[in-house]
Amino acid sequence: MLEIQGLVKRYPTGDRALRGVDLTVPEGQVMALIGPSGAGKSTLIRCVNRLVEPTEGRIELDGEDLTRLHPRSLRRARRQIGMIFQEFALVERLSVMENVLSGRLGYVGFWRSTLRRFPQADVDLAFDLLDRVGLTGFEDKRADALSGGQRQRVGIARALMQAPKLLLVDEPTASLDPKTSRQIMRLITELAQERRVATIINIHDVALAKRFVPRIVGLREGQVVFDGPPAALDAARLTDIYGDEDWDERPEVDVDASDAAEPSEVAA
Amino acid sequence: MTAATRAEGQRRWAPRPLIANRTARWLVRLLVLAYLAAVVATVDVNWVRVAEGIERSGRLLGQFLRPDFASRWSDSRIGILESVTMSLVATVAGVLIAIPVSLGAARNLAPLPLYLATRAYITLSRTFPEVIVAIVFVVMMGFGPFAGLLTLTFASVGFVAKLLAEDIEDIDDGQLEAMRATGATWWQVVAFAVVPQVMPRFVGLSVYRLDINFRESTILGIVGAGGVGATLTTAMSRYDFDSAGAILILVIAIVLVLEYLSGYVRSAVR
Ligand SMILES: Nc1ncnc2c1ncn2[C@@H]1O[C@H](COP(=O)(O)OP(=O)(O)OP(=O)(O)O)[C@@H](O)[C@H]1O
Ligand SMILES: [Mg+2]
Repeated sequence: MLEIQGLVKRYPTGDRALRGVDLTVPEGQVMALIGPSGAGKSTLIRCVNRLVEPTEGRIELDGEDLTRLHPRSLRRARRQIGMIFQEFALVERLSVMENVLSGRLGYVGFWRSTLRRFPQADVDLAFDLLDRVGLTGFEDKRADALSGGQRQRVGIARALMQAPKLLLVDEPTASLDPKTSRQIMRLITELAQERRVATIINIHDVALAKRFVPRIVGLREGQVVFDGPPAALDAARLTDIYGDEDWDERPEVDVDASDAAEPSEVAA
Repeated sequence: MTAATRAEGQRRWAPRPLIANRTARWLVRLLVLAYLAAVVATVDVNWVRVAEGIERSGRLLGQFLRPDFASRWSDSRIGILESVTMSLVATVAGVLIAIPVSLGAARNLAPLPLYLATRAYITLSRTFPEVIVAIVFVVMMGFGPFAGLLTLTFASVGFVAKLLAEDIEDIDDGQLEAMRATGATWWQVVAFAVVPQVMPRFVGLSVYRLDINFRESTILGIVGAGGVGATLTTAMSRYDFDSAGAILILVIAIVLVLEYLSGYVRSAVR
């Protein structure tokens, strides 16, 4: 369904963020993209909906090459591609309902959307999605009055409003606490599977990825270095992706021990 | 841990001076002081005239403090109304024109050629003081408030467009990208991501510009561009300081009202 071939991205600064990436995501598959900071994860998914212009290569969505689209057809393609952001990217001063409805902008004309006269079907879908993400009754709250977890739920509802074929998710949990992170990951993966939306999730938390996602792709310095099920991702493969580190050590124990041994920490 | 190994009492710290060399530093300070002293010494004050001036200003102030609203009332009333109308219409017209100009002058929304063109226009309209522009419009359109109206509109466009464009450039890119990613058109992105973010500043700017326009409108009469300025200068040049005082009090009152209005409106749009 999504087919990426030989994708290269060079930024004007000279950074070679992607060095020939091949990746295929079948319809309805949920996959996680992991890799160290600067590996090119954000660049990769932003190339797909052309928030970043790819330098070379093809990106085909159902046979249509997205890299060659002109503005009008690019907008048509974009409305089939939902996106969820680390910093939520809600329009802060608008209500939850307006934010969710903004997912329909690609389908609704300028005046109807600007005057907030969205079709009844869209409003119904918005209410259904708000129920589904656990924000029943939040429609008139302003986005800037919500907690991080609630904002991300609005972000998820907005992306699904597009009725997308493909969902691009850039570190959905990096600004959230561990419990909320799990809830959000569960929500995204469930919804994607329910609606058979192909999904790419960029994520730093490997444990979270392994728990919720059936396929993991590892990116390092702009190249795919791992592609397989969570079970295949052992210490050796993690070293391939991230570099040397004792992957089996238990971090909790370590943190406690070093805290106790550090008197200056107590004073602070 | 290297800092902690230094002995207690040796850990002094002061910000780095701008000029590293101690002697050079003092020399620069001395030179600056000497220059200031020399400048003050060259100012040639005629103390006799200052004394006369103080005496005269006492009388003048006395007259201002006994304002005479009656003798030039009909002129002042017409003038003030003209000023208010001029500034209101100019603000509305100026702001309406400034909106598209500011979108073109925001680098994060506009392509480069449009950006350069609108920036050039803004710079042009901000270069000349209102009075100069007014003289030009008086020459073109003849005496009267229409020339003043054009002047204030012209100046408002540059002012509002510049400040608004800067606010638009400062908005959160994440929200812009999120709207673009939904497949929204350029105008929809403006309506959903830009407008909500700049609305409070836009309203504040407009009310502030109304305030400026009203104050400017009291000057433009001096060059024949309408408003209360004509009556004010006539009164002054005939030494009717009591009438002039009355007009000034009216102007101050209206500026005060605008000040409160702007505070109120700004807190209402949050
Ligand atoms: N706008 C940009 N201009 C220039 N270089 C950029 C830009 N964005 C990213 N890069 C560079 O491209 C490389 C990949 O960045 P990218 O943001 O895609 O990495 P990432 O895997 O998402 O990292 P993180 O996990 O920290 O989000 C980095 O070397 C980065 O410096
Ligand atoms: Mg990233």
